This record gives sequence, structure tokens and C-alpha cells, in this order.
Amino acid sequence: MNEIWDWAYTWEILPILARASLVTIQATILGFILAATLGLVFAILRMSQSPWISLPVAGFVEFIRSTPLLIQIFFIFFVFPEFGIVLSALTAGILALGLHYGTYCSEVYRAGLANIPRGQWEASTALNLSGYHTFKDVIIPQAIPPVVPALGNYLVALFKETPLLSAIAVLELMQTAKILGSETFRYTEPITLVGIFFLVFSLVTAALLRQVEGWLKRRGGG
Amino acid sequence: MRETNGSAGEAMPMVRFDHVTKAYGSLTVLNALNLDVAHGEKVAIIGPSGSGKTTVLRMLMTLERINDGVIYVEGEPLTHMERGGKLVPANQRHLRRLRGKIGMVFQHFNLFPHMNALKNCVEAPVTVLKMPRREAEERATELLEMVGLGDKLGHYPSQLSGGQQQRVAIARALAMRPKIMLFDEVTSALDPELVGEVLNVIRKLGAEHDLTMLMVTHQMGFAKEFADRVCFFYAGKIAEEGPPEEIFANPKNERTQQFLSAVLEAT
Ligand SMILES: Nc1ncnc2c1ncn2[C@@H]1O[C@H](COP(=O)(O)OP(=O)(O)OP(=O)(O)O)[C@@H](O)[C@H]1O
Ligand SMILES: [Mg+2]
Repeated sequence: MNEIWDWAYTWEILPILARASLVTIQATILGFILAATLGLVFAILRMSQSPWISLPVAGFVEFIRSTPLLIQIFFIFFVFPEFGIVLSALTAGILALGLHYGTYCSEVYRAGLANIPRGQWEASTALNLSGYHTFKDVIIPQAIPPVVPALGNYLVALFKETPLLSAIAVLELMQTAKILGSETFRYTEPITLVGIFFLVFSLVTAALLRQVEGWLKRRGGG
Repeated sequence: MRETNGSAGEAMPMVRFDHVTKAYGSLTVLNALNLDVAHGEKVAIIGPSGSGKTTVLRMLMTLERINDGVIYVEGEPLTHMERGGKLVPANQRHLRRLRGKIGMVFQHFNLFPHMNALKNCVEAPVTVLKMPRREAEERATELLEMVGLGDKLGHYPSQLSGGQQQRVAIARALAMRPKIMLFDEVTSALDPELVGEVLNVIRKLGAEHDLTMLMVTHQMGFAKEFADRVCFFYAGKIAEEGPPEEIFANPKNERTQQFLSAVLEAT
């Protein structure tokens, strides 16, 4: 019973961990959608002519970037209820991930936006496009494809930080593994399996991202 | 604040620069410029590098703010708007309304690289003029045919030569139905053998469309043949202006003489 690796136990916990991985994937996907969206909003607001908009946004982005994700998770889960905002652990975790990585994504978008030649803005003005259509039809379609690889890196990084959600007892992979381990006093199998899950998902995601990049390149070539 | 400038009417020029001054920091690029352009008139702007030619067009296209003076379009202030009998700087809404009368073609084309030729000419009419997409596509097709690119509708800018790209850019500007067209050295970035095809399109525009045109050009031959009037810019001022026959055959200003002989020597 005391061998290094217990296969019977492994088969027993595998379905449980597989189910928990769905929570991890859910947190990753929703967190990243939030991050990618918020990041774009932050980046555009920071370009505002009005310092009343750009400066507070810049300050907020710097603040979030400079504080640990774990604190933000705790803050949203434990402090928001003081202000009447009660969220489930998973929702709070997704919100924290999205917010935290949104600030990183905003820097990526900012670089992408800064690379658009001035002539594109000027042609948009000369055609009398509104600010909204200038961004939506001219600038963003050109700014995003080149930064997809950088955004993809943050997707993988966000994914690898989802175990932090175990700190507020979200039943994702890590938390589930910890519970399994504490019930049976065998940590080797659950923790190792979680590591393998992460490895496999990271590799799959990286491969998918390469597909997307290749597709964007072919499309961008026109 | 200055007095408002009467009401719009037949007598008003299409474009009026009224004591327009533009400075970048301490560098005054245009100094109290006065220039009237009549309806349908074709004005060629020539002059040495840095004399402010591009700046004139960019101010009219509202790509640059002006520091002093007023620009009028069809008698209506462009850079300003009337508030209680006074002129105050124009807001975005006012700019957007008046800017619709003006189109511009740039030296480096500035086509949208992620849209094919047709889409380049369709987006603004659909989103700005609220034209139904079908109609916008039909009109854009006609315009691209007019500039000789009827067989290139699906081509992206990267698949077109410089001359073809510039012709798409002309069609794109025309699709917005401007009354005034601005051309800033539109052939300067082209290989010599492609210049002719773009100039031919501009000739055709001049003949077939009711357009007022301001063009900055180094093509003296074209200016001579095409323009109704030539303005020679020097150090942010119009140093000399007149019909091309006079300016080219018989320049009075010493600067004009020097400039023209230098240009003619180079070609
Ligand atoms: N954004 C800017 N900031 C500072 N100075 C500028 C800017 N744009 C233009 N200038 C200056 O204004 C002056 C006039 O420029 P402009 O582009 O109108 O000249 P131009 O007559 O079109 O010259 P060229 O024949 O070389 O195109 C130049 O001295 C130029 O350096
Ligand atoms: Mg110029």
C-alpha cells in the first residue's frame, strides 16, 4: 500500500479531477475573455484626449498591475460583500483574473495601437469617419492581429495562475487535488495529475494559438 | 473674436482662408494667409520644401488646428462656429458636418490595407453617409471603373502598384461626394512610369466632375496645363499667384524665378 505510485487510486480520482478541470477551463476562458475585453477598453480610454479620462485609467491600470493577484482575489471575494456586492467564489475569481490580466492586455493593445501609422488616422478623418468607426473598422482590425501572440502568452499565463482560486475554495483542479489528498493522505497522485493536466492544456493551447496566428497571417497578407 | 463673415451665397468663394496663421511651437509655418478659391476653380500650389504647402491642405482637411484666422467653406466658417454673433472654435460636430464637403488624397495613399479596393471605397459611404451597402457598392464599382480599376475590385492594396493604389485612393475620396478635393503631391511617391496614369485620372475628374481642386504638386507641366491659377508659396506666404501662363512664362517675383529655374533645371 505504500508504493510510490498507486494506480488503483489514480483511476479512482482521475474522473474527479477531469470534472474539476472543467472549472479550471471555465475560469480560464471567461477570465481571458474579460481580460481581453477590459484590456482593449483600458487601452482606448488611455488614448483619450481628456486627461480626466486617461489619467485615472492609467493610474488604475498601474495600481492593479503592481499589486498581487492573490490580494485582488481576496479583495473581491471578502471585501466587496462589505459594499453589498456578494459574488460566488468562482465569479469573484474570474473577475479578479480578468481584471488583473486586463491590465497586462491593455499594455499589449497599447503597443499595437501605437504601431498604426498616422496616415490611417488621417485617412479616417478625411473620410469623416466617426471615432467609433475609426476604431472599429480601421484601427482595431489592424492593431490586433500583430499582438495576438502576446495576448496568447497572457492566456497561458492566466491559465497557470488559476490555482490561486483555490485560496477562496473554488473547486478547480488544485483545490480538488488538495481535498483528495487531505482525505486519503496521498498527495503524490492528485498533485502529479494536476501538473500533467496543466502541461497538456498548455501544450494544446499553444498549438491552437499557433493555428490562429498562422490563419491571421494568411488573412492579413490579403 | 472676429465679426462673422456675412451670409453664404453665390458670391462667396468655395474656400476662403482669412488671415490664417499656423505655428508649430515657435515656428510660424503660415503667416496671416489669405486665399480665396472660387467654385470649380483648380488651384495649383507650388513652392520650395517647407514653405507650408502641405500645411495649407491639412488645415483645410481639419487635420491641423489653426492658431489664428478663420477658414470658410462655401461662406460658412469651418474652423469656427457662430455663437451669439461671435465666432468660437468649432466643436467635433461642426467639424464633421463641414468636413463632409472636402476630400483628400495623400502622398502615401493611406489606403486601408486590410480592405480590398472595393471595401476601401464602400466603408465610409455606408457608415458616414448611411448609404445602403448595395448602392454604395454599385457607386464604388463605377468610381473604380472610372479610374481604370474595374478589374481590381477584390485586390488588396498590397496587391496593387503604387499608381493603382493612388487611383483607388482617389476613388475612395470621391465616393464621399466631396465638393472640394485636395491633392498633396499625389504622384511624388510613384515610379516615374506610373505618374501619367494618376494625372490622367485627375484630368478626367477636372473635366467630368464639378469639383473645386487644390493641389500641391511638383509636376510643373501638369500645373501649367491643368490649373486655372498657380500659387507660389514662400516661407508661409503666397509670394506670387496668377494664371499658369503668367507665372511660368513671366514670373515677377525673384523667389519664383529662382524656384522655377531650379525646378526646370532638375527635370
Ligand atoms: N507636425 C509638425 N511639427 C512641427 N513642425 C512641422 C510639423 N509639420 C510641418 N512642420 C514644419 O512646417 C513647415 C511647413 O511644412 P509643410 O509640410 O507644410 O511644407 P511643404 O511646403 O509641404 O514641404 P514639402 O515640399 O517638403 O512637402 C516645415 O518647416 C515643417 O518642418
Ligand atoms: Mg508637403
